[in-house]
Amino acid sequence: MSLNAIAGLGRGVLSALTRLGRAHLLLVDILRGSGEIVRHPRILAEQVFNIGVLSLLIIGVSGLFVGMVLGLQGYYVLSQFGAAESLGVMVAASLVRELGPVVAALLVAGRAGSALTAEIGLMKATEQLSGLEMMAVDPIRRILTPRFYGGVLAMPMLAAIFSAVGVLGGYVVGVGLLGVDDGAYWSQMQAKIDFSEDVVNGVIKSLVFGVVVTWIALFEGYDTVATSVGVSRSTTRSVVHSALVVLGLDFILTALMFGD
Amino acid sequence: MGKRHNIELMVGVFVALGMVALFFLAMQVSNLSLASGSDGYALSARFANVGSLKVRSPVSMAGVRIGRVEAVRFDKTTYEAVVTLRIDAGIDAIPEDTFANIFTSGLLGEQYVGLEPGGSQDYLRDGDDIANTQSALVLEQMIGQFLFQKAGESD
Repeated sequence: MSLNAIAGLGRGVLSALTRLGRAHLLLVDILRGSGEIVRHPRILAEQVFNIGVLSLLIIGVSGLFVGMVLGLQGYYVLSQFGAAESLGVMVAASLVRELGPVVAALLVAGRAGSALTAEIGLMKATEQLSGLEMMAVDPIRRILTPRFYGGVLAMPMLAAIFSAVGVLGGYVVGVGLLGVDDGAYWSQMQAKIDFSEDVVNGVIKSLVFGVVVTWIALFEGYDTVATSVGVSRSTTRSVVHSALVVLGLDFILTALMFGD
Repeated sequence: MGKRHNIELMVGVFVALGMVALFFLAMQVSNLSLASGSDGYALSARFANVGSLKVRSPVSMAGVRIGRVEAVRFDKTTYEAVVTLRIDAGIDAIPEDTFANIFTSGLLGEQYVGLEPGGSQDYLRDGDDIANTQSALVLEQMIGQFLFQKAGESD
């Protein structure tokens, strides 16, 4: 009985490790197909459209509301210390360093990652991928690589848009509604937020998240069990795993970038 | 053809939006023009106590920022703190007998180096030492002195 449990544990660890190994092999294959992007930039444009442009609305609206809530909550705390003028710093620092990259990555995982997994999974289930192989077209190069680069390219821009819209949302609430001084909001922000320290690190974060989220989405789709249940499970797993990995990686990246 | 063209147009708009957002973050939120300050020249000043002065703290004269703190290190032979100040290139006429103080902006704000110009006709050049310095005021020491003084009065 207990032996069975231990064997089950071993089986679980082994299958997790083989999945991890397959995921890395797939990433290598995807990267090896990078030349395809240079030869057919139009396929890339199509994927940037699917992942980036179609996520624009949810990113913009969420960014606006996150910024507005930060303005409200930040004002509540800061005004107790008589430091309401620092509202701009608080809103911008939290958005540029953390919330922009992380929330954008979570939203993209939910909005575009799940769609990628379902699309690839269904292609596999309906044997379109095998069909491509029959026609001597490498499905990884033709289907997966453009989607991967599309996600990697779109993510930093979505995160930057999220942060920028959020800062404006904080401005609307802080200056427009709560009466923080207009000049102080911007000047304190400009004095305290550093381009290379804060903004560039935020962009690096979102690049890493872009790689991870699209990679997980593509792998879950490519590795799916080719049934309707399998595709639905893969889609769920794609979102859950992306979210967990993004949050975990965010901690590590934050510790490395802003740790000391 | 029309649909493809539309997609390319949207992607172009998207990329442009991303660039605008990044530009906004660079110029309006973080003020890139101030941050890129590796040019200019270096002065050093020795303090008995720098308080909580940090690298990148502002250096100001007459309340206007003219540079930033580049490095704070400890001199183990004199037991002093050596602060390297990076002054903007345009500010090239700081008198030799300038006084360097460490001030605090507001009661609990961050600390910065305030320079008070002297009257000398000779100017400080790259690598020079500011001889006249005054340490940071440490709040605990001030309170301690104040209490000591009060106790002395009541006797």
